[in-house]
Amino acid sequence: MAEMPAGPALATSESPLTEDAKRFSVKGDSAHWGVLYGVSGLFALICAVFIVSIVVSSIPAWRHSGLSIIYGRVWSQGTNSFGALPIIAGTLCTTAIALFFAIPIGVGAALAIVHLLPDRLRILLSSLVELLAAVPSVVYGLWGLLVLAPWFEKTVEPDLASITGGKFPFQAPPEGVSLLLAGCVLFVMILPMIVALSRDAIAVVPHDQFEGALSVGATKWQVLRKVVLPGARTGIVGAITLATARALGETVAVAMVIGLNPLFPPSLFSTASTLASTIALQFQDATPLQVAALGALALILMAMTAIVNWFGRRLVRGSASRAAVT
Amino acid sequence: MTTGVIEGIPPDPILERREMVQRVARKTLGRRILISRGMVALSGTALILALVPLFAILYSLVEKGLRWWSVEFFTKVPQFPSLIDPNAIGGISNAIIGSLVIDGIAALFAIPIGVVAGLFLAESISKFASMLRTTAEIMTGLPSILLGIFAYQMIVIGFDEWGVKLPGIGFSGVAGSFAIGVLMIPVIMKASETALRGVPTPIREAGLALGARRGVIARKVVIPTALPGLITAVLLAFSRAVGETAPILWVIGASNMVEWNPRKEMASMPLQIFESATSPYVALRDEAWGIALFLVFVVLVINLGSRLFAAWLQRERR
Amino acid sequence: MRFENVSVAFHGRTAIRDVAFDVPKNKVTSLIGPSGSGKTTLLRAMNRLHDMTKGAVVSGSIRLGGTDIYTGGIPPTLLRTRIGMVFQRPNPFPTMSIYDNVVSGLRFNGIRKRSVLEEAAESALIAAALWDSVSNRLKAHASTLSGGEQQRLCIARALAVEPEVLLMDEPTSSLDPISMRLIEELVSELKSRVTIVIVTHNMQQAARVSDLCAFFLMGEDRAGEQIEVAPTKKLFSKPDDPRTLDYIQGRFG
Repeated sequence: MAEMPAGPALATSESPLTEDAKRFSVKGDSAHWGVLYGVSGLFALICAVFIVSIVVSSIPAWRHSGLSIIYGRVWSQGTNSFGALPIIAGTLCTTAIALFFAIPIGVGAALAIVHLLPDRLRILLSSLVELLAAVPSVVYGLWGLLVLAPWFEKTVEPDLASITGGKFPFQAPPEGVSLLLAGCVLFVMILPMIVALSRDAIAVVPHDQFEGALSVGATKWQVLRKVVLPGARTGIVGAITLATARALGETVAVAMVIGLNPLFPPSLFSTASTLASTIALQFQDATPLQVAALGALALILMAMTAIVNWFGRRLVRGSASRAAVT
Repeated sequence: MTTGVIEGIPPDPILERREMVQRVARKTLGRRILISRGMVALSGTALILALVPLFAILYSLVEKGLRWWSVEFFTKVPQFPSLIDPNAIGGISNAIIGSLVIDGIAALFAIPIGVVAGLFLAESISKFASMLRTTAEIMTGLPSILLGIFAYQMIVIGFDEWGVKLPGIGFSGVAGSFAIGVLMIPVIMKASETALRGVPTPIREAGLALGARRGVIARKVVIPTALPGLITAVLLAFSRAVGETAPILWVIGASNMVEWNPRKEMASMPLQIFESATSPYVALRDEAWGIALFLVFVVLVINLGSRLFAAWLQRERR
Repeated sequence: MRFENVSVAFHGRTAIRDVAFDVPKNKVTSLIGPSGSGKTTLLRAMNRLHDMTKGAVVSGSIRLGGTDIYTGGIPPTLLRTRIGMVFQRPNPFPTMSIYDNVVSGLRFNGIRKRSVLEEAAESALIAAALWDSVSNRLKAHASTLSGGEQQRLCIARALAVEPEVLLMDEPTSSLDPISMRLIEELVSELKSRVTIVIVTHNMQQAARVSDLCAFFLMGEDRAGEQIEVAPTKKLFSKPDDPRTLDYIQGRFG
């Protein structure tokens, strides 16, 4: 049989007493490993080409405008001037708004799910939150544009403007689509991610510790604050960083509600632009140089997301290994 | 428990401390309990707030979208609203078929590559494997629009540098499939690796002990055992892919006819939602809800279905 | 403390019933019996941990110094400063240092003054036989301690709030024999400071450390019941109930 020749070969190349890891990495079957390496190599190749192509495609733009792409203040396709600072600002701003609401509400909800709900409700509500995560971004955009925007224009924004008497950051006539709206739509989009990941981190904190704190006379909140949350801290921070990366790169939903204005947004009510939405919306009629400029934006975005992601992964992994030790 | 000083006997520090603890604890108790109740209530409110958007969106989807569902909606192609009848906008069959073709082709190449690469990650401990794993993690975190640009450059325009020549196909469904496929691969990889690692070591060892080659072990033992996890992973990745808009935004062109040929321009559901929602025609904007409801419906069915199916498979094996 | 007709049930299913005996002050009482006899359930009813479990009902009367701990108007949070607990597996708070762990109970209850905390920490650590090994590294993380040391840290943490009663739920079952002996010695020393109630699987341990022994068995209805409560010497040499004799001689459990 075809299997037979492999028998003695296995017996001589490894003894049954070698450790797991070594045992499983011995190259005992070249066809098998050939396929595995081949396919993985193919994927690696695709990734490499991907990164290279983005970099290379943006070169003409760097040559044209140099680093002013990053700090320049005017982005105009008409005059081929490429200063992305307002766009970067728009990206950071919308993400900041989203995080401002999503962190307290998300972590609070996660705490409630793990510690305040009876068992049956816990599974139900966790699933509901995950359902929200499965909704495609374009549907969020649709809802944001057709439901939230009119509401914002008629009610929310005038109300907010009356708080500051029409001054910063609520000046400019409310149009509906705005920086604020985009931030809010992003908030709704990253919320399920934060709730789900925080819930996982909080649930991993051993019940033993919870009881231990109770047994010295702590109130429920004291236990949550001083034992559970610190214990879940790395996981929660990881969740937040991953959600941040998602918010930075969200394209379609933001494109639909932000108004696409490459000028520096003076107020929360004005229209603005983010890196991702600019790429999406200006791609269509772009000349090759403009395509290169969008490529440069892509590069900036990629750098930002990669940094945030790397940071997030490090923190999440740290929490998992610590949980395993205790 | 009083510790009055009795003449000649020194007060017991332990009893004193005990009394002090009780005293302070009693004093601060009221405030602490109030704070605890308040924060607990706040937490509960956060949970409710977190669910409000879900219900709001579902409500809007059903309220505005359900009325669009009709046989005509699913079987006819779109028509331009005319001045005579601005509400005769036809259906979305082109978008449905388009999505099917694009996502189907994407799945066709992404699933095998993703699962096999996942198997590689689960079985290899080489440096290349860890590097690959990191790459996959980075790729899953990248904005999907970037993959659209990539597909544009590779497939739409084509490649003519460094001695490699790839003819550009122009705007086409295949370009979209490429973008979505590359999007799916790292997601499937990561999830497959997890599922495959979940196969207990004794099962693998049993295969080795029987003298079988690794490839056979993999195919006949490991993968079947991990099948429920793998199926869930694949289906979840697919459901995500179905809803993606950004990667296919500018690479699949557009088509108002039902188009089965992936080398031609096509329509797609998420793209159609985008276009309709931002269109100046009220009827089209309204129609977007109908498409959106259908899209969400499909995504949810795949999601729930995959979980239920995996659970069923698990149970069948007991 | 006193038990009068105490039963504990979860969602209607009784876990232990008809417990009635007195826990003598400043002595060590052990609750023994095979698995499932409800000893731990009874213990956890003593510091009202079951309040956190949905569907748990404690009936009958458990008294501390004459007052019923459930109906006598003592808030559970306060009760737990008077009746402390040490768990089966050491559970120090991993994000806190050794010092912070020990004084955590005091801090939770509103005591902030540094001098007071330091004094209490030292006293508790000495009582837990840990002072010598950790006094020079109080700021180190609790996870740097060995299993036995961690358990003694938990004992110190429980002692720092100066409870009147200390409940111990199989405190040595996850430890090596040397740590186990150390803690048994500790228990004997501590009884002058706190009343101790200890649940243990290990009969020899019960014989070694306790003054009073309460033996429980799982009855026909799968609920634990009290079989015999007697001074240790008597229970182990001439028990009244034949089932106790069987258990001692190793026929169950």
